[in-house]
Amino acid sequence: MEFFTISLLNGVSYGLLLFMLSSGLTLIFSMMGVLNFAHASFYMLGAYFAYAVTSMVGFWPALLVAPLLVGLTGAAFERFCLRRVHKFGHVPELLITFGLSYILVELVQLIWGRIAVDYRVPDALKGPLFTLYGTQFPMYRGFMMLVALLMLLAIWLLLKKTRVGLVIQAALTHPEAAEALGHNVPRVLMLVFGGGAALAGLAGVIGGNAFVTEPNMAAAVGPVIFVVVVVGGMGSLTGAFLASLLIGIVQTFAVAVDSSLMSAIGTLGVAVTPETFGYAVLKLKISQIAPILPYLFLVLMLIFRPRGLLGTREG
Amino acid sequence: MSTSTRKDKSRPLNSGRLVTWSLFALVLVVAPLLFDSSLSHTMLSQMGIAIIVCLSYNMLLGQGGMLSFGHAVYSGLGAFIAIHTLNLVTQGRLLLPVSLVPLAGGLAGVAFALMLGWVTTKKSSTTFAMITLGVGELVWAMSLMFPEFFGGEGGVSGNRVTGPKPLGITFGPQVQLYYLIAFYTFVSTALMFAFTRTPLGRMLNAVRDNPERVEFVGYDTQKVRFISFVIAAFFAGISGGLAALNFEIVTSEVVSGYRSGAYLLFTFLGGATFFFGPIIGAILMVLAFVLLSEFTKAWLLYLGLVFLFMVMFAPGGFASLIMMNVRVASFGKLKPLWSSYLALFASGLIAFIGVAAMIEMLYHLQLDATPGSRLRFMGLELNASAPGPWASATVVLLVGIGLFELARRRFVVRWEDTQQAIEKEIKRRGAP
Repeated sequence: MEFFTISLLNGVSYGLLLFMLSSGLTLIFSMMGVLNFAHASFYMLGAYFAYAVTSMVGFWPALLVAPLLVGLTGAAFERFCLRRVHKFGHVPELLITFGLSYILVELVQLIWGRIAVDYRVPDALKGPLFTLYGTQFPMYRGFMMLVALLMLLAIWLLLKKTRVGLVIQAALTHPEAAEALGHNVPRVLMLVFGGGAALAGLAGVIGGNAFVTEPNMAAAVGPVIFVVVVVGGMGSLTGAFLASLLIGIVQTFAVAVDSSLMSAIGTLGVAVTPETFGYAVLKLKISQIAPILPYLFLVLMLIFRPRGLLGTREG
Repeated sequence: MSTSTRKDKSRPLNSGRLVTWSLFALVLVVAPLLFDSSLSHTMLSQMGIAIIVCLSYNMLLGQGGMLSFGHAVYSGLGAFIAIHTLNLVTQGRLLLPVSLVPLAGGLAGVAFALMLGWVTTKKSSTTFAMITLGVGELVWAMSLMFPEFFGGEGGVSGNRVTGPKPLGITFGPQVQLYYLIAFYTFVSTALMFAFTRTPLGRMLNAVRDNPERVEFVGYDTQKVRFISFVIAAFFAGISGGLAALNFEIVTSEVVSGYRSGAYLLFTFLGGATFFFGPIIGAILMVLAFVLLSEFTKAWLLYLGLVFLFMVMFAPGGFASLIMMNVRVASFGKLKPLWSSYLALFASGLIAFIGVAAMIEMLYHLQLDATPGSRLRFMGLELNASAPGPWASATVVLLVGIGLFELARRRFVVRWEDTQQAIEKEIKRRGAP
């Protein structure tokens, strides 16, 4: 029971972090049709900016400043690069963000070096939040969950309850009509892209010190958030939420399970030896296959439900 | 005149094509004689391998509009099967000449594409890109799980001097292997070009351009994508098999996302809209990997910047730049553009020197292991921690950008004039 509860809590906090990343990606995708390949790079940028700002003025200002800086970077990229290739179609749009991911990781290495930087959890958030069945649950994990949930609420309020959100939704579905009513649609798109990048930056601020802040962090998390977006259904924010939690929880549980198919068959009374057919597969521990689970999930999802969990159309 | 050339072009074997392909074969044969150092033989071999894989990638990207982030899966798994086949030959458990081992790689590519391709090609465009990324990551993660097949950290090594040796060809010396690679390169290129002329190749173009209409006509777009995907994987596997013979070691890096990304990047840089574009891209890829990476540590940054500018200003890659100028030249209008090109090039070079000086100084300060702040840059010794070189680099950059902008404005005017003149000329010729 102890293992179950703690793993569930860890899984949910990891899943919420994934959601902070995939929500920005989904927003950008559903509004602009652009698959932002550099999204995980913005996450990395957020962590590094937070590290730099933290070492100057402390963590709490960084929580606000770093996402803003990332958002500005994203908006500038949209304004000066992405908008230029918009007329060429979706593939060049994807390619230019792909190029950006190369440049960002090199620039980060140029400024902060190739090894991990010492970006730490602030003292105020250190220590356990509560103790459950003798195991401590860190306060910072709780803080991460809180920030993610607040962010989810903020996006929802912004999109559904404010005038800005109304304009954004209008620019999404009826760009010509919104333009005819005097709204600057390209600027709305720039805001959306910057906002999505800022969300990734925020995830970087709170994820960078919970895990490690290093140049490789973008490549490590990038493919997983693409899986989340496909599994959740392209462009569905609720779907991305469900898929993030699902993948977060499944992966956290899998990492902690030490049994394999071999031990499962062993309990049935069948001895498995290195000569048995498929020994290489049977002897794998579940913790060993944890890294491939999201991708396996993606493939299965595409076979049995191609539009994703909550997707509405087959793309 | 126009009718006779048109008739000529529609024949599969016309004089123009015969000349082009003979020249291509000639270049392949003569290249190792002209560049006869061992480094250039190694590079030429790698170029041949890269040409096959980039062309096969372009079957997806250029001809099918399928942006794949996982093409290295097929070339990489082909390489693994090829090296295992080679080892079976060495152990005497399989009787196969070494020259046919790449075909084993190709067949492996087909087998894996049959397995994974149906899921992959379910969707097109953006979703396709994400699925290939996922499948690529899946195989990459698996490569660490199955050390029996992928050889773990050290990879799988083999020895290509084995099996029957007809005519004393052992493939021991690099030149002998180069000619094997050149042969495969020529045949594969010819076959892939022939593919673009088949009904299936044409349908693939149609699926890229207007899938709804293709479905309306009665074709299954997924089936067209799937078959093309399998064929592309076959050629990717051949290139993987050749790479296995060339390096005699295959590590799990060959199935990684980095490798797939490199294929995408260079195929695009070469030019996805023309058949010969990827050949340029492949040559650039080997030059960048072997020479540029020796030349500067910041090569990935330069590569990223070049790619970014290429997507923004010339989405057809180098091939489209060449073809645009060939068009201008064929109307005899290239002459007035020369001075503009020279001005563009010179001012661009000045700006580039400014940027490069800054990047190199920053790299030296941040990442270089050698102590001290002095570095050599284009024959000059710069002190990276003094403000002087930074100020001068900034000035050089700003001057370069200013001159480039002036040159660009003049060039744009002249280019528009030339294009209008060409349009007029075409209309004049078209009028009876």
